[in-house]
Amino acid sequence: MAELDSVLLSRMLTTLTLAFHIIFATIGVGVPIMISIAEFIGIKKNDEHYLLLARRWARGFVVTVAVGVVTGTVIGLQLALLWPSFMELAGQVISLPLFMETFAFFFEAIFLGIYLYTWDRFKKPIYHWLISLPVVIGSSLSAFFITTVNAFMNTPQGFSVEDGILVGIDPLAAMFNPATPSKVFHVLSSSFMTCAFILAAISAFVLLKGRGTDYHKKALKLTLISAFIFSFFTALAGDLSAKFLAEYQPEKLAAAEWHFETEEGADLIFFGTLNEEGEIENEIRFPKLLSFLAFNDFDAEVIGLDQIPDDEEPPLIVHYLFDVMVMIGMYGLGISLLGLVLMKFKPKFLYNKVVLWLIVASGPLAMIGIEAGWFYAEIGRQPWILRGFMKVAEGATTSTHLPIIFGLFLVLYLILGVICVVVLRKIFRNNPAEAELERRFK
Amino acid sequence: MDIPLIGITVLWIFLYGYLIVASIDFGAGFFAFHGKMTKQDHIINDLISRYLSPVWEVTNVFFVFFFVGIVGFFPKTAYYYGTALLIPGSVALILLVIRGSFYAFGNYGSKDNRVYLFLYGATGLLIPAALSTTLTISEGGFLEERDGTIVFLAKELFTSTYSWSVVFLAIVSVLFISASFLTYYADRANDQNALSLLRKYALLWAPPTIVASLLVFIGLKGHNLRHFNNAMDIWYMFGLSLFFFLAATWLIYKGKKYGIAFIFVMLQFFFAFFGYGASHLPYILDPYITIYSGVTNETMGITLIIVFIAGLLLLIPSLILLLRLFLFDADYVKGKK
Repeated sequence: MAELDSVLLSRMLTTLTLAFHIIFATIGVGVPIMISIAEFIGIKKNDEHYLLLARRWARGFVVTVAVGVVTGTVIGLQLALLWPSFMELAGQVISLPLFMETFAFFFEAIFLGIYLYTWDRFKKPIYHWLISLPVVIGSSLSAFFITTVNAFMNTPQGFSVEDGILVGIDPLAAMFNPATPSKVFHVLSSSFMTCAFILAAISAFVLLKGRGTDYHKKALKLTLISAFIFSFFTALAGDLSAKFLAEYQPEKLAAAEWHFETEEGADLIFFGTLNEEGEIENEIRFPKLLSFLAFNDFDAEVIGLDQIPDDEEPPLIVHYLFDVMVMIGMYGLGISLLGLVLMKFKPKFLYNKVVLWLIVASGPLAMIGIEAGWFYAEIGRQPWILRGFMKVAEGATTSTHLPIIFGLFLVLYLILGVICVVVLRKIFRNNPAEAELERRFK
Repeated sequence: MDIPLIGITVLWIFLYGYLIVASIDFGAGFFAFHGKMTKQDHIINDLISRYLSPVWEVTNVFFVFFFVGIVGFFPKTAYYYGTALLIPGSVALILLVIRGSFYAFGNYGSKDNRVYLFLYGATGLLIPAALSTTLTISEGGFLEERDGTIVFLAKELFTSTYSWSVVFLAIVSVLFISASFLTYYADRANDQNALSLLRKYALLWAPPTIVASLLVFIGLKGHNLRHFNNAMDIWYMFGLSLFFFLAATWLIYKGKKYGIAFIFVMLQFFFAFFGYGASHLPYILDPYITIYSGVTNETMGITLIIVFIAGLLLLIPSLILLLRLFLFDADYVKGKK
């Protein structure tokens, strides 16, 4: 039993750290691009509202970056601390993207420092804006490299095993494995989308509270337009991911869709519950849609769980996570489209209370969507840590000290999460945008 | 040169980089906190914050680079250290997390919050202590293979005089490196008050640094004679280190050429650190892993070296830009920008 416990605890601690880190990592990837867009518009239109937007976003951003950096460091080391056997094996193939991720991170760190402390140092404002580009590139490249590692764990390739030893290693093939394109696309677009919604939600909230001004209205419009574009790409990426799964990881898609029997013209199942006999109840069924989603063909054959060995089946709970993710994605697309339509045809109505509340909801929902998506992706590849090669139980540490370590990190993250929110509120609460505008530009 | 040797040299250079920049950072945090407690914060804290704000994130990357690199070049280390270091590693991680987050909370959010500053300052001394234990463990004698798993002998580590002498050296070196850098920085800022205070700190921490170094040597002789004898073979490295230490301290004492003095401090640690590293070879973890037994496959080794060179081409100009904007820009250092 002791061994089983350490496997479970290793999983729990990894989950805890990643679930916490991903909040800040998503912000770290998505917010720089929003800052960069705002500053660019500000310079082009010579509109100090947008310039202030960029500054204030950057000020909040730097606090979240700090937490993102340190929790990222934690997960980097925890990989070796909690999964030593896995790292010993996979380390021979995935060091390349891990190594490159550090370079991207380095690049970003250098230019973020420069960006934050050179607002007024250049004669031409556009020079300062140029510095935002390496930050955007660095953060997106980090996401790219680290996602290739995760993709590799889902569809390992670029090596072969002879008598338990890895041979014929091809680092590039491992990096550009079949899961990489759709995963990277999905991770980047959904991070951009989530940050656009979070920033939109903040503006909408201030407007709702009656403290809003032209500054917040401009912020709302900018973030909503961005959110719509990013939501569109996220949906597209989601569709590509489903097609990828159908071909390369059918067990994950089948578990998400409760698709038990291999069949042609498979139905798409939304919501629903499983009864004790393992039958689906209360579901909404879209005939043949799963086949279409998977292969663009209503009559294509979709592999069901019946083709997967019992001990290699992912937990069926992932269906709910999948539903949550997809629903939130649809909600985001819908609400940002509504915003766009209102902006064009009924501008006044955009500031209607109900609409604003719907936008406020989109921020936290989008982050929940990110979490649900990652939980789905990760639980969906159980029991594998390296699909087809190593099971989770073979990769975990054998240490007996995990309970206390888990407790320590849990407390740490709780405290950090709370203080982070307190500090962020404090930065903006007593320093309204209009007052700062007055001080800085007038 | 062969791949394992290039690999370990690359990593050692980065660890040296981390040693210098992190020491400045860790020490500065402690001095900032100490300044607050002794009501001298108005003298030095602005100066410290002006230096640290743009670079703290970069410091962290040096560390990440090292541990990602070592797993990359020597995957076996992940297995041995990973299994054994769960507790000390997690403690060091928690300290790093506290330090990094509370730096940001204190610096960008709630300025003048004493609790934040305390956490930031105290961890600045605890982290080097925690990290230095890894170097101690690499000497062997603190890990054991039992029933196919690696056991960390915590009690041995805590009762070893060698281990404590390394911890002691780590802490005083941090304070010495940091104080001598900040002395230079204060001089550039033309801030006489800060300069005289920081110069005192530098001189105060100079003797313990050298005493601690000697203690480590004596401890090493008792703990790992092979390593000690290797070190004696390249005694001139340590001789050079001592020379630069004396020269640096003399310059600081005379109150001139603080920039050269700091370069001498860097050289002092460069020779000591590389002397230590070279005499440690070929072992990474005595006696389990050598750089030859633990090395990754050749393809990956070559790829990593290529990427490393490409990465440096990108990083070096960026770092130079960073230094020019914040370290060598007189107006910024003086607080005019």
